Amino acid sequence: MSSWFDYTVNGLIIGNIYALLAVGLALIFGVSRLINFAHGSVYVVGAYAGFLAVTQFGTPLPLTIVIVVAVGALLGLAIERFGLRPLQGYAHIAPLLATIGISFVLDQLVQLTFSPDPRALPSELLQKRFQIGSGTIGALDILIAAIGIGSAGLLYYFLRFTRLGWAVRATAQDRDAAQQMGVDVDAVNRTVFAIASALGAVSGLLVGMYYNYIDPSMSFQATLKGVVAQVVGGVGNVPGAIAGSMLLGLVESYGIALFGTSYRNLFAFILLIVVLVLRPNGLFASRRQTPPEPMTGTFIAPSKPVQISPRTLLAIALAAALLPLVLPNPYVLQTLTNAWLYGLLGLSLTLIAGTVGLISLGHAALLAIGGYASALLSLDLGMPVGLSILLAGVIAAALGTLLVFPSFRLRGHYLSIATLAIGEIVSLVILNWDSLTRGPIGVSGIPPLSLFGFELDTDRSVYWFALGVLVVLAALQFRLLRSHLGRTLRAMRDDDIAARSYGIGLDRYKALAFAVGSFAAGVSGGITAHLYSYINHETFNSQLSILALTIVILGGMGNVTGAILGSVLLVGLPEVFRVAAEYRVLIYGIVLLLLVRFRPQGLLGTV
Amino acid sequence: MSAAPSLLEVRSLTRRFGGLTAVNSVDLDLAEGEFLSVIGPNGAGKTTLFNLITGHDDPDGGTVKFSGRDITRLPPEWLATLGIARTFQHGRVFANLSVMDNVLVGAHVRFKAVRPAWPSPLSLLGPFAEVALALIRPSSVVTEEKRMREEALRILARFGDRLLPRLDHPTYSLSYANRRRVEIGRALALGPKLLLLDEPTAGMNQTETAEMQTLIGDLKKSGLTILLIEHKLDMVMQLSDRVIVMDNGSVIANGKPAEVRNNPAVIEAYLGHRRSDKSEASVPEAAE
Amino acid sequence: MTTALSAPASQPAEALLSLEGINTFYGPVQVHFDLSLQVGRGHIVCLLGGNASGKSTTMKIILGLVKPASGIVRFADETITGLPTPQIVRRGVGSVPEARRLFGEMSVRENLLMGAFTRKDQRAIAQDLDRVLGLFPKLAERLTQRAGTLSGGEQQMVAMARALMSRPKLICMDEPTMGLSPLWVDRVLDLIAAINREGVTVFMVEQNASLALEIAHHAYVLQTGRIVLEGPAEKLRTDPRIRDAYLGGQESS
Repeated sequence: MSSWFDYTVNGLIIGNIYALLAVGLALIFGVSRLINFAHGSVYVVGAYAGFLAVTQFGTPLPLTIVIVVAVGALLGLAIERFGLRPLQGYAHIAPLLATIGISFVLDQLVQLTFSPDPRALPSELLQKRFQIGSGTIGALDILIAAIGIGSAGLLYYFLRFTRLGWAVRATAQDRDAAQQMGVDVDAVNRTVFAIASALGAVSGLLVGMYYNYIDPSMSFQATLKGVVAQVVGGVGNVPGAIAGSMLLGLVESYGIALFGTSYRNLFAFILLIVVLVLRPNGLFASRRQTPPEPMTGTFIAPSKPVQISPRTLLAIALAAALLPLVLPNPYVLQTLTNAWLYGLLGLSLTLIAGTVGLISLGHAALLAIGGYASALLSLDLGMPVGLSILLAGVIAAALGTLLVFPSFRLRGHYLSIATLAIGEIVSLVILNWDSLTRGPIGVSGIPPLSLFGFELDTDRSVYWFALGVLVVLAALQFRLLRSHLGRTLRAMRDDDIAARSYGIGLDRYKALAFAVGSFAAGVSGGITAHLYSYINHETFNSQLSILALTIVILGGMGNVTGAILGSVLLVGLPEVFRVAAEYRVLIYGIVLLLLVRFRPQGLLGTV
Repeated sequence: MSAAPSLLEVRSLTRRFGGLTAVNSVDLDLAEGEFLSVIGPNGAGKTTLFNLITGHDDPDGGTVKFSGRDITRLPPEWLATLGIARTFQHGRVFANLSVMDNVLVGAHVRFKAVRPAWPSPLSLLGPFAEVALALIRPSSVVTEEKRMREEALRILARFGDRLLPRLDHPTYSLSYANRRRVEIGRALALGPKLLLLDEPTAGMNQTETAEMQTLIGDLKKSGLTILLIEHKLDMVMQLSDRVIVMDNGSVIANGKPAEVRNNPAVIEAYLGHRRSDKSEASVPEAAE
Repeated sequence: MTTALSAPASQPAEALLSLEGINTFYGPVQVHFDLSLQVGRGHIVCLLGGNASGKSTTMKIILGLVKPASGIVRFADETITGLPTPQIVRRGVGSVPEARRLFGEMSVRENLLMGAFTRKDQRAIAQDLDRVLGLFPKLAERLTQRAGTLSGGEQQMVAMARALMSRPKLICMDEPTMGLSPLWVDRVLDLIAAINREGVTVFMVEQNASLALEIAHHAYVLQTGRIVLEGPAEKLRTDPRIRDAYLGGQESS
């Protein structure tokens, strides 16, 4: 029985840490209707600031906390000032994409400074434990609880009894009216970002101390957990965020108790999806009748797409096909093969996010499904590789559409969060379904690419194969976009209400587009698996989802040629210039930020 | 007056938002070929009524029948297949689509060749067939598309040279008045049995309004059944067979344009209620 | 026809607020065409007009929530065009927004104090709170209640009291009688007159012409972005052209 006490304490402690994150996210959403995807990066920066202070300067704990709070607050101010304020008046999805870009930049900067290796964040409190009844409680547990409750108290005091706190609440309830009372809403935004980021940074420090372990990749998980806790409690609702965090902490802790550690996140994300689909206002929705409208609308910046004649496109495709004969450099060919494969991913996402307006943040999951499907079909069932890749596309289309289908009723940011969570769920299922996927060991010995019995064992043949698949699927997508379906899908994106009025059933066409798009992604994943000959649950990680989004935005949303161009530029160029891997992600982040700010329609324009 | 069968039959339709009753037990009959206008001051509930009829909002009570069939709470995409088309108060065109594509989307429900209607178990395959037909484009699909495009051109020709020279322009690049025209063109492409127009001349100047009035007049002459919300009352008076006046969610008058225009209740609804005499001398807060 | 509440309107008043040659656009739609109007110090001036005439946008222009494409807004001998809203509020422009726009999750007391947000003189604020509650005694009983739970009429009172808390020289009201029962409409109008008697200039946007003209000194009638009629309220009260401006008639103007 004592272990249940420990699990409960543990759940509440983790809940406290999540609460520090979620409260900040809730405050930010309250005043600026934004889900801040850079929040986890602030948390990582906080952890490393603490690490630096403790290991380099030997600061005592109280001073460390003060330093971390200051670093977090300053970082929050900087994010607000340089990342988000310039985007006022932009399409609603722009600030969200900007926070994704900021998050990439910050994470990579931390990684470049401190190396990706995990570090220990020593704390003398870790060892102290007190006996309570049959269970024990650690000094660190008490500290975390104290900081959690203390912060909640301070925040309550701030919001209730200070002028600025009132301004924050008023702005959250009615921005225009607050302005008419003389509230400087920009100042409110700054304040909220500073407070939220300070809390987030402290959360990072505490987690580091608690596990005596920090690494730069904690960022993504932290953002996700904060978002989950917030959505469960009701987006923008501060007390709800605290309650949601505790619930999430307990669910995870009991989940671990019952099923084991590797299931922890699975429960978190399933909880998220269930809440999103069944109670999008959160479990503790406040009395307000209408849900706080998340930012809806697409990232479609009106623009005239650059017209490229079919003849030119054909010429370019031909030139690409002839390239191996002219320039048989294996490095260039491998790089371009890679770009063609990402081009397939781009085709997929540009249809789903660009043409239909479903900003998917979990697109890597489709690669994973395709990759595993083709690998296992050829390996376990001995299916010929060409067929297995084709089937991988079909399976990705079917499974992907099925998984996302319940989320089609969500709009704007909520849909993006749902796709993010579904992506994570897929990766966790792959990790845990040992009997099918071989679990954490991964799948090795995947047969190489072959077609009709001919093994594609040269760089050249692989190049042609990938290019051929890309050209065929791109041509089909062109044709699709020029059919009645093209205008139907784009109409739905531009105005779903008007579209329904003219007989367009949203679910049907979203599903149809998602299936078509997922097919290309599945094929891409399938080919990749055979090229790599080994894949595991991390081969297709969430960074790829963001890379895909950047590719698509760079090329121009919905733009088929743009997706391929974006892929060549983002995947090919860094390779050609031999940019080290860790700088590449930094570049993706910066490119995303610059695009959102200066060329939201992308290079070739939205279609 | 005559016992013409009702195309649209609304009975005690009610919609509440919190404490506010936006539409309060509204009855409405619209005979085939009739032109009925709904007028009333801001916040009278006109657009909410439209939304309830067209399935964009669910009523708290009451029924809507169309051609004798109960359509209460049916989703808008179904109503479109029954032949109900509407325009929107603030104009909702598909901004990134060309003028031509906007009108073709209006005809969406009439594309049959590319969307074969199969019996129940096979209907699950509908979406697959639709993709396949869109990619393969057998001659039936090509002919259908061509026919619809020709029809769209005929519809757009109704607007003179306002839209014809701009067929390929995305509608975000059009003037506001032109966008409203596109919206009406899109509605006509549905081949509607009933057309609901929500302030089709909002934001238009006098010339444009007059032009629109002529167009709507022509639609009326062609026998189309029309339900109109409009603030420009001159236009309402000239076009309508009958006018319904709403105020605070309720119908306060229903009759021929001339009757309605001189109805004291209508004048009061628009110009405001006179102060009741008793409060005149009262000081603030003394009323209770 | 005459009422006791109408102050003498004949004497010209110096302009506290003036709009000169305002042109406003929402995207491609022009909302105001060379709009000019003046609000005399100490007066109640109303801007009348039917739906979509551009009334509410006029108020947003004054408050700096919408920027005009051209034209000048002057307040108390200072050009305020282009200033951010908080700056305009600090200069003495209070507002009662359309549909009240209270902070629904905050208490009545907090709402009222939010009205004094630009002020820092705690003691004077406390005094003003008492004074305002004297004017709106009903609110004193509701101070701790969440504003969102009040009835429409009570919310309108809170909105007006909130606007007074900034000690404004001018209060802009957007359709203060909209959606209220006749009894509440009368009360609200009495209160506007009472506020005006305390020396606050009132600019109100109204659809309800008959009533607004009973308490106003001067009025403008707006039709699709243009002033089509203006004059002292008592003259307009009987002017048939008002009716035409709303209900249509001669396609004049």
